[in-house]
Amino acid sequence: MTGRKIPAPQPNAEAKPFFDAAAEGRLLVKFCAACGSYHHYPRAICPHCFSERTEWREAKGTGTIYTYSILRRGVPAPYCIAYVTLDEGIAMLANIVDCDLDAVRIGQRVKVVFKPTEGGPPVPMFAPL
Amino acid sequence: MKGSAYIVGAYEHHTRHAPDKSVAQLHAEVAKGALEDAGLSREDVDGYFCAGDAPGLGPLSMVDYLGLRVRHVDSTDTGGSSYLVHVAHAAQAIAAGKCNVALVTLAGRPRSEGSSGTQPRHWGPNLPDAPFEAPYGLVTTNSYAMVAMRHMYEFGTTSEQLAWIKVAASHHAQHNPHALLRDVVTVNDVLESPMIADPLHRLDCCVVTDGGGAVIVARPEVAKSLERPLVRLIGAGEAVKGQAGGRLDLTTSAAARSGRIAFEEAGVTPADIRYASIYDSFTITVLVQLEDLGFCAKGEGGRFVADGNLIAGVGRLPFNTDGGGLCNNHPANRGGMTKIIEAVRQLRGEAHPAVQVKNCTLALAQGIGGQLGTRHGAATLILERV
Repeated sequence: MTGRKIPAPQPNAEAKPFFDAAAEGRLLVKFCAACGSYHHYPRAICPHCFSERTEWREAKGTGTIYTYSILRRGVPAPYCIAYVTLDEGIAMLANIVDCDLDAVRIGQRVKVVFKPTEGGPPVPMFAPL
Repeated sequence: MKGSAYIVGAYEHHTRHAPDKSVAQLHAEVAKGALEDAGLSREDVDGYFCAGDAPGLGPLSMVDYLGLRVRHVDSTDTGGSSYLVHVAHAAQAIAAGKCNVALVTLAGRPRSEGSSGTQPRHWGPNLPDAPFEAPYGLVTTNSYAMVAMRHMYEFGTTSEQLAWIKVAASHHAQHNPHALLRDVVTVNDVLESPMIADPLHRLDCCVVTDGGGAVIVARPEVAKSLERPLVRLIGAGEAVKGQAGGRLDLTTSAAARSGRIAFEEAGVTPADIRYASIYDSFTITVLVQLEDLGFCAKGEGGRFVADGNLIAGVGRLPFNTDGGGLCNNHPANRGGMTKIIEAVRQLRGEAHPAVQVKNCTLALAQGIGGQLGTRHGAATLILERV
């Protein structure tokens, strides 16, 4: 990720526990006790069944690249954005880092890493396993 | 609602670069143009529709600026698809007796203001998805590029096939004196243009232009009193699709639902459509919508668009005969309005003779707003010449 400054997320109250955990190197996802499903990005009320019985769970931190793209123009350096399908079964947007970007492929296995942002909490990204 | 309203006026601003005009001024100029096209006056307008490109508090600012006296306003904003939604909502308002003549305007100056599809847009701190997306450098181009990459992975779609969409648009744009890009390009030209966001090249991306457009929607009695060809709305659908809480499916768009709703209402099928305006923010945007609307099966889009199948006079489905957003115009970064306008031109027989579809009695206009890679709206209109 050399060259790209990572803008700090501006978490609202609903999102704050996610970024507090990220500061401790933990990836949280929301699980709904009513329908037994995970979701992302996290909400207080489950987007699948509309129940309030959602709770934070620590994710395994591993997943598979669902899709990606490398932005090459109009930016200080190329960077790779991707959706990673977590082993919990839900996709999250992130960057793929710490690797040769031209070797990134759909279906590749990845694990979470946390990267500092400009004056804010760190954010989860993914690197090849 | 079917058949309750007609598009009686349509006007596309000739400018593609307007550093010396205001956005409100462009709205007024396209409003005048559409009213003149219809043969109506400002005093006939009793409904006004605009979206987020209108400055200030949308209809409040613009009704005052334009000096309108209206009894119905609607500022539904579904991004670039808003204006197709406005036509449908205007038809509903007319059917409900809320207005007789609805004016819909779009205008903006993204070219003069330095807008770029590789720079993030800022939507404010209350947007729930922002903390989970903004840090990763999500922009318009890489959002759509992720859809293209997944489509290639699932269905074997190629960059050459996507390039054919731009090639077709350029064949049409050469005949449009107002188009920003009028040079005919080849598949190789597209593949050799710089990579912007893998797998999308520069020529897979639409233009950034200043300008605007407007349409007038009116009740049948008004339409039949005017000396213009009759263009009737016979089907409309709208839908919204997002990330579904992480149950992602990027290769199908909301056009699958908006299209089904519109075709059912109209009582026609994709095979009946003689001309299609398909939102073309990127080549992949067109391909996904063609599949979702049922012009071909899911995954067959690459084969469908190849070898000139979208070129007027050559292929089976002439599309975007004005040159579309890929070559002609994408005012305010919102391409829905120009999709409606070219469909109206085709149905009236007023497209450029080189691209006019013979006996064009049934047309479809399709819009996408937002980003296919995250959250988007889709709107479908089916229009017939009476």
